[in-house]
Amino acid sequence: MAFYVVQFLTGLASAASLFLVASGLSIIFGVTRIVNFAHGAFYMIGAYIAFTLTERFSGAFGFWGGVVVAALAVALIGVLVEMVLLRRIYHAPELFQLLGTFGLTLMVEDLVVLIWGPDDLVGRRAPGFKGAVDFFGQNIPSYDLFLIVLGPVVLGILWLLFQRTRWGVLVRAATQDRDMVAALGVNQKWLFTSVFAVGVFLAALGGALQIPRDAVHHAMDLRIIVEVFVVVVIGGLGSIIGAFVAAVLVSELNAFGILIFPKISIILVFLVMAAVLIVRPWGLFGKPEAAARKTPGLTVNPWRPLTSNERLASLAALVIAAMLPLFAGNYALTVGSEIAIFVIFAVSLHFLMSVGGLASFGHAAYFGLGAYGVAFLAKMAGLPMIVCLLLGPLLGCMGAAVFGFFAVQLSGVYFAMLTLAFAQIVWSIAFQWVSVTGGDNGILSIWPEKWAASPSHFYWLALGVAALVTVALRIMVFSPFGYALRATRDSVLRSEAVGINAKRIQWTAFVIAGTTAGIGGALFAYLKGSVFPDNLGISLSVDALVMVLLGGVETVSGGVIGAIVYKALNIWLVSQTDLSKLVLGGFIVLIVVVFPKGIVGMLEMLAQRRRKSSPPGSPLIAKPIESAE
Amino acid sequence: MKLTVQDLNSHYGPAHILFDIGFEVGEGEVVALLGRNGAGKSTTFRSIVGLVAQRTGRIMFEGKDVLARPTHEIVRDGLGYVPEERRIFTDLTVEENLEVGRQPKRPNAPYWTREKLFALFPNLGEMKNRPGGRMSGGEQQMLTIARTLMGNPSLVLLDEPSEGLSPKIVEQMVEAILTMKKEGVSIVVSEQNLHFARLISDRAYIIERGRICFGGTMAELDSRPDIRDAHLSL
Repeated sequence: MAFYVVQFLTGLASAASLFLVASGLSIIFGVTRIVNFAHGAFYMIGAYIAFTLTERFSGAFGFWGGVVVAALAVALIGVLVEMVLLRRIYHAPELFQLLGTFGLTLMVEDLVVLIWGPDDLVGRRAPGFKGAVDFFGQNIPSYDLFLIVLGPVVLGILWLLFQRTRWGVLVRAATQDRDMVAALGVNQKWLFTSVFAVGVFLAALGGALQIPRDAVHHAMDLRIIVEVFVVVVIGGLGSIIGAFVAAVLVSELNAFGILIFPKISIILVFLVMAAVLIVRPWGLFGKPEAAARKTPGLTVNPWRPLTSNERLASLAALVIAAMLPLFAGNYALTVGSEIAIFVIFAVSLHFLMSVGGLASFGHAAYFGLGAYGVAFLAKMAGLPMIVCLLLGPLLGCMGAAVFGFFAVQLSGVYFAMLTLAFAQIVWSIAFQWVSVTGGDNGILSIWPEKWAASPSHFYWLALGVAALVTVALRIMVFSPFGYALRATRDSVLRSEAVGINAKRIQWTAFVIAGTTAGIGGALFAYLKGSVFPDNLGISLSVDALVMVLLGGVETVSGGVIGAIVYKALNIWLVSQTDLSKLVLGGFIVLIVVVFPKGIVGMLEMLAQRRRKSSPPGSPLIAKPIESAE
Repeated sequence: MKLTVQDLNSHYGPAHILFDIGFEVGEGEVVALLGRNGAGKSTTFRSIVGLVAQRTGRIMFEGKDVLARPTHEIVRDGLGYVPEERRIFTDLTVEENLEVGRQPKRPNAPYWTREKLFALFPNLGEMKNRPGGRMSGGEQQMLTIARTLMGNPSLVLLDEPSEGLSPKIVEQMVEAILTMKKEGVSIVVSEQNLHFARLISDRAYIIERGRICFGGTMAELDSRPDIRDAHLSL
């Protein structure tokens, strides 16, 4: 019994940091509507700076002072980030803000290694809390008890801050209606900056307080951010009490999941999250959002099929790409195949995002399922390659059919989070079901048959499939189904009012996108000769998002260009510099700030400008279009 | 002149909404902006306080052109705005809603305290701690006006204050607007209801399809039934 109590208390102690970080994210989202992907990075910098300060200054004052100063310093960095980066993109579609903060995260990951080195750093124990308390023969670290008390104390302080101060009232008002707050004479800029500073302070404090419990390392940002997303979604975005309850729930699930269901401990949390989202899509303590006025896009460029000249140009580009084996070596061809595969992957997500308006954060799940589908068929059933390539993606199709059914019941950020949760579930199954998937060791030696074995043949195969898939999806965009899908994207209510079954249309789009991603995954398995859980991991999902946004989410085929540029740049950078993430992250941030329409969007605009010699008032970064009353 | 609007043109995206709007409001005057649904009344107000980004022309408030300035600065200079949709903060209590609107005392404008506003709208005083979301439409309308008055404006843009209210509440609203006028607040009120406008206004402008097509005193408007019928008939 005592053991279970101790386990429970350990869970509560872990909840403290999680709550700090999650409440910060929640507050920032509430007011600015930014899902701050960099929140984990701020948490990590908080831990690193606190580590340095507490090592440098001794004594109790040095430790506690160091922790607080570290959090304040990171809050200051947050203020800079908000003023320099975020202020420029508040009016961009919300995914762009996610992309920008993701770029920031990449940069920070390299920067901390540059400054603090790649090794794990073990911090000092907290003065005054070094020992352990005996509880019926079980030891509880006294620092854990400190954290258990700290959580509710911070909750209380935040509650007072929001209920009893003018700042708090303004923040709550702005959470509901930013423009009205401005129309009452409040300077939103500073309100946003201060909110961001408070949120980042909480994240950094959460990180700084972890150093006596955990080693500081350069991957702690991604680990926490996923957990924080889960907490915030379960608790309800924007609700601080929700963040607290959910942080406790998630931490206890982690603490007891290991004991009770060791086999599925990792997915337990995500199962709970999926269940909560399905029953209460707005979270336990959140409020159902009034059908938010959609942020209109940056462009009002109507889509149109390619003109015959443009078709010829695309065909010419394809022919040139097909001639690559004439002058390129094997390495270049392998890179080319990989890029072609990622074009398929990016185009599939692009279809879901641009045409369907559904931003999936877990699209790698279907890519990876396609890869595993091939692996199962080739290794277990021993089927020929052609059959595997045709049937393997069906696993992605099935996954998309099941998960998509639930996912399309939600929209916006919650849709994104649910898809993320599903992807994590699939990843955990691949990771933990060792007897079938090989777990972390993956499934090896899935090599293409002779006809496709040479790099040039495989390249042509990948290129051909990529071209086919792109054309097929484009045809679909301009089919009646595509029009219906775009109608649901622009307004679910209005599309239903004209008789479109919005959910079914979106579900169909989800399945199409998932199957297409599965095709990419199937080819990927043969390219690499192996399948690993990483093939359906979060970072791959994020890669896909970046490729789509980079290409331009408001374009018809931006995903193609986005994938080529991102993947090529990525591979090239990794070969050129140890700081590839720093450069890539900087590049992404730059794109977000300077070319918010993505590469293709920008090219389209330049072309249009040349055509009608620049109408008055169309700067490179167009002003957002207000919705009419 | 308290407020002078000249050649105001506004766009929503590619759509041109307002065409060369011009009107004036004198110190302490109540001016009605009359027009049918969709004529451009709300857009005119939103353009004046900077909530419509694409606009050109001149908006002189107390002798200074405010067109290029951000919304919160215009409002802080004493130009209050009461939106048609009321836009009460539903999660905040009456007191908290008023707190959001609070601005420092201004030398050239009447000073409003919570007590004064609760005297002006007695209903609000009885529900200080009620969340805005649990108030009736009339109570919300009172709260949205009170909230703007907390900023001690010298001029208020009132967007359709009588819309959707019961006759009894409308009467109260007339009283409140006349009290505001007596205190020295200049008011521009947009209305579809000519009867309501007549009770409170000194002068009126008529707006139709984004253009001003009449300006004059209420008596002049009454002497031109042709105009009234062409642009306002119900």
